[in-house]
Amino acid sequence: MEKVLLKGNEAIAEAAIRSGCKLFFGYPITPSTEIVEYLSKNLPKAGGLVLQGEDEIASINMCHGAAATGARVMTASSSPGYSLKQEGLSNLAANELPVVIVNINRAGPGLGGLGPSQADYFQCTKGGGHGDYRLIVLAPSKAQEMYDYTMNAFDLADKYRTPVLILADGFLGQMMEPIELKERPAVELPAKDWATNGCKGRAKRKICSYALTNEVMEGYCLQWEKKFAGIQQAEQQWEEFYADDAEYLFVGYGTCGRIAKDAVLKARAMGLKVGLIRPITLWPFPEKAFAPIKNTVKGIVCVELNAGQMIEDVKLAIECKAPVVLCNRQGGMLPSENYILDAMLKNFNIAISEGV
Amino acid sequence: MMDKIVLAGFGGQGVMFIGKVLVYAGMLDDREVCWIPSYGPEMRGGTANCSVIVSEQEINSPVIELADAGIVLNQPSFDKFRSHIKPGGVLVVNTSIVEIGSIPDTVRVIAIPASDIANELGKPALANMVCLGALLPSLSLCTMKSIEKAMNKLVGKNKPEMYELNMAAIQKGLDVAAAMK
Repeated sequence: MEKVLLKGNEAIAEAAIRSGCKLFFGYPITPSTEIVEYLSKNLPKAGGLVLQGEDEIASINMCHGAAATGARVMTASSSPGYSLKQEGLSNLAANELPVVIVNINRAGPGLGGLGPSQADYFQCTKGGGHGDYRLIVLAPSKAQEMYDYTMNAFDLADKYRTPVLILADGFLGQMMEPIELKERPAVELPAKDWATNGCKGRAKRKICSYALTNEVMEGYCLQWEKKFAGIQQAEQQWEEFYADDAEYLFVGYGTCGRIAKDAVLKARAMGLKVGLIRPITLWPFPEKAFAPIKNTVKGIVCVELNAGQMIEDVKLAIECKAPVVLCNRQGGMLPSENYILDAMLKNFNIAISEGV
Repeated sequence: MMDKIVLAGFGGQGVMFIGKVLVYAGMLDDREVCWIPSYGPEMRGGTANCSVIVSEQEINSPVIELADAGIVLNQPSFDKFRSHIKPGGVLVVNTSIVEIGSIPDTVRVIAIPASDIANELGKPALANMVCLGALLPSLSLCTMKSIEKAMNKLVGKNKPEMYELNMAAIQKGLDVAAAMK
């Protein structure tokens, strides 16, 4: 199949169009602007509409209205803008509306730098807005995955009636790589028999998650809890790279995941049994990936572009049965494969045998 | 085999375009490629730079600590990137406007007055393509033929005269660099 060169952000936008996304509401912000830009140019040609809201809050609430009618809808932003969307996301989760959201991270709190960062891990994976909910969070590591995972995000959102987030950094958003513009095979999805798309000729429908009677509210909560528990069981995704016989492991997602692959290859060339687990779903965190190795692995290096966030989930996943250390860069800086391999060798006193 | 290339100059000197030509050339030859722009304030005045990786294997880490080759079109870029080339690597320097200061003697410098040559060709903006031509023989995964294909894809159909001009500048750079050996 012919490949085209696209920036990661453009790959997300193209995948959205090919997934049948008809509506995009957003407010441009670097480093995610190419998504709005590409869609403004190309979504109308595909029969869709792009509308720049007056701000991020308006945009996420426009998504709410659109999703309620059963349309496929998306928004995209970067950290400070993503923060503004939290109230809207909480409402989407409560009303169980399928929306795809993209957060191309900025670096650090506040306005944040533009370089690659994973500083929003906690916010993205633990809920983000008020109340007890999770988003399904997908973490691509290259342009092709920006494309593939976006298609998957729309299906997951419809399958579970829940907002799904694509989480990436400015490096992945702006780097250009060849992409196969695959058509997604048709997936069987539940009918949207809840959509409020005009009730002429049928009974009225209501999308509402609010109850002042505690007994009723608990019923809602139990329903959400059950749904998220089901997602947690069914949707964990990860990639393993030389992990089955590994004595030491890297854990990293997104850009860190691909850098760690080179560190693994270097370590293997030295005769060291080093592997990688790259979480693809950050929520649900792929605990299942760690089950077979948690009693045998001697040490784990968690590679992150923040002050240490996913490391907590890694420790939970292995029930603290092995030491887990952090290797990180922040503020828009990236570690090299040598930097993270060094961290592993030093932290775990791994001797490199002579002659290799 | 893998070529890691850094490209730098003033915004407007066509740095990103050199990168695009290289990355399309690689892709059309069925190589693995990636193109990484500099972003943030650097894009708004001052130096602009991008990196390109062309590889026979899958590209995992896109982080370039030391490049195999580079092109610097202006002085700030030379000052910044002279220490970013690996021992045995090549740096093409546009000596029309760059004074070659200290640089590790492990780096092979191709000094070419690219802006002057571009002026002679009648289009000052072609200095980038002159430098690309000078660099070409030093790349392991890129040939004139693949550059032709890439240029055809990028500008060929819409602007045939630009295709000719760009290719002439690349050829000129190649010839001048070869004559200096």
